[in-house]
Amino acid sequence: MNREIAVVAFAQTDHRRTSEELSEVEMLMPVLHEVLAQTGLKTADIGFTCSGSSDYLAGRAFSFTLALDGVGAWPPISESHVEMDGAWALYEAWTKLLTGDADTALVYSYGKSSPGPLRDVLTRQLDPYYVAPLWPDSVALAALQAQALIDAGDTDEPALAAVAARSRADATANSHAQLSGSVPHGDYLVRPLRTGDCPPIGDGAAAVILAAGERARELCDRPAWIRGLDHRIEAHGLGVRDLTDSPSTRLAAEKAGAFERPVDTAELHAPFTAQEVVLRKALSLDDGVRVNPSGGALAANPVMAAGLIRIGEAAAGIHRGESDRALAHATSGPCLQQNLVAVLEGDPR
Amino acid sequence: MSKEPVAVIGIGQTKHVAARRDVSIAGLVREAARSALDDAELDWADIDAVVIGKAPDFFEGVMMPELYLADALGAVGKPMLRVHTAGSVGGSTALVAANLVAARVHGTVLTLAFEKQSESNAMWGLSLPMPFQQPLLAGAGGFFAPHVRAYMRRSGAPDTIGSLVAYKDRRNALKNPYAHLHEHDITLEKVQASPMLWDPIRYSETCPSSDGACAMVLTDRAGAARAPRPPAWMLGGAMRSEPTLFPGKDAVSPQAGKDCAADVYRQAGIADPRRDIDAVEMYVPFSWYEPMWLENLGFAAEGEGWKLTEAGVTELDGDLPVNMSGGVLSTNPIGASGMIRFAEAALQVRGQAGEHQVEGARKALGHAYGGGSQFFAMWLVGAEPPDA
Repeated sequence: MNREIAVVAFAQTDHRRTSEELSEVEMLMPVLHEVLAQTGLKTADIGFTCSGSSDYLAGRAFSFTLALDGVGAWPPISESHVEMDGAWALYEAWTKLLTGDADTALVYSYGKSSPGPLRDVLTRQLDPYYVAPLWPDSVALAALQAQALIDAGDTDEPALAAVAARSRADATANSHAQLSGSVPHGDYLVRPLRTGDCPPIGDGAAAVILAAGERARELCDRPAWIRGLDHRIEAHGLGVRDLTDSPSTRLAAEKAGAFERPVDTAELHAPFTAQEVVLRKALSLDDGVRVNPSGGALAANPVMAAGLIRIGEAAAGIHRGESDRALAHATSGPCLQQNLVAVLEGDPR
Repeated sequence: MSKEPVAVIGIGQTKHVAARRDVSIAGLVREAARSALDDAELDWADIDAVVIGKAPDFFEGVMMPELYLADALGAVGKPMLRVHTAGSVGGSTALVAANLVAARVHGTVLTLAFEKQSESNAMWGLSLPMPFQQPLLAGAGGFFAPHVRAYMRRSGAPDTIGSLVAYKDRRNALKNPYAHLHEHDITLEKVQASPMLWDPIRYSETCPSSDGACAMVLTDRAGAARAPRPPAWMLGGAMRSEPTLFPGKDAVSPQAGKDCAADVYRQAGIADPRRDIDAVEMYVPFSWYEPMWLENLGFAAEGEGWKLTEAGVTELDGDLPVNMSGGVLSTNPIGASGMIRFAEAALQVRGQAGEHQVEGARKALGHAYGGGSQFFAMWLVGAEPPDA
């Protein structure tokens, strides 16, 4: 693979607890317009389009078809969709650009968590015969993971509270964040997790433009080159996994070349405080690395877009010249079952 | 940079039936995957990545089932992608997997698509009411019937064409051991006497609801050289999408379908599809879509597709056989239906299609569509590698 591909533009909504006055498409449209405007490209100029979303959030089958109408797919476009976080849509677009079939790609994703009880909805991700009928919810499963970490001596409740406080303090610099500043750590939601250890539930969308080689340099002053991109999945059954570790994240990072040289910034998709502890260990991140300067998923976690936002935030840091080599991570499934790692670099200054 | 050639070296299907009550979803997909691996004489450890597709999660009531299916498909520790592009998804899934090989990201990829419709009710899964949106009415048939009527009016096709297609596909299905419907006593009269569901579409001109899965092993040139059986080579592949509803849309012959076919033919060096392509597996969920797609895919001039059907050109022993396997009309595990078209095209050029083999098939087209005739995925496979 000798084709260089970069993130050249990124846009996101202001993430909010509810956006009931907007359809998913209406929520997405301004983001699509903004990301295209950053590059001056029009829909018809884009070589490949790929999106990520979930019918279960929309509450109807084929919900992504309406978003495509919003994109304005006329004349017809080369287009695909993953029923996953947008980070995986970006992965599909990246491979498409690697084949040489396209020079630019538009990637977008969105999710509205507000219409239904998200904790209940996410139980439908579990083994449908043996686990889902018991309705173990996403917070309860994350609490199992947090307790396993505490039992292993890897963290304690004050350390988790510090992760939450740091994230939300950093989020004050992020105008898109849903939860920022001094947020009370709150009561236990599911022990040992307090409300402050959990992500806000919210609605949001994000979009990224990728471009290959010289095209990237034309479209962006300082492209964020994707040096490596990989993702791995683990077993679904929690009983066969060591919840205090994330071997899939470590393997994805290794394949993406993350360990070849140190990164200065890491955007980790860790919706729960304890998951940042797991990911830091898996990625061997030391205190010299800025972790989630955007505030991360603890400040805004629009399901299906939060992973793509990590890649977008990492890239935007490079665009602005605040970062030279960054790691971006996205996760899917209960207790960090599936993980994606991207390594992004700016040209030397 | 040139792309890595992509070869199909393993194909597996389940026996498609109305309800597989003997297996879980995991059991169903594993059966197809194991069968594809056996065909390629490979094991789980030889697979670098898994790309899985299915139609909406509502059809089984499992949100993002790839998470639960990782173990059953030997994907633990590997990359696993989940594609969803409505009814075209089986084709799109194969193309996403092929791109991983073409881009040299992975050497050997398992791709699989499935639907276990017996776990739920597809009609209702498609008919959830949403404010300010056009309802799909009575499932897919209610949506597509007016477009069929428009085709009949536009082309002047006689009323009999739809039943000819259904009669042909159901007879072809008798030669395919994996097909869902095996109607041994089928006659043209029976098709024509079946109840009218969505005028002009009769009961026997519609697809069944099936449980089933289809899997393929895709690999690079080196992998193909080690394959025990002849590979099918991908000579071209493309996806195209257009909006669901807008005033300029031609619902009878969508531009996205024409563009997608043109892209595939360009890649594969096909100048005259009618002459250069030996067999076609096209996505025909309602019988009238055979003549409609014959035109959309460039096998017949506009308004002339039904004449090929009427003249027997698309019969198994015709000049341009269409849906030798029995097609979607005989087997419809929705999410898998597109991949079955792709896989059956590959079986033909490998010479492995058994009783429904087209003698001497060297180039075959696999076609899938979805949504409101707005998503298209196609590939053209050949018995010879692309640069031969």
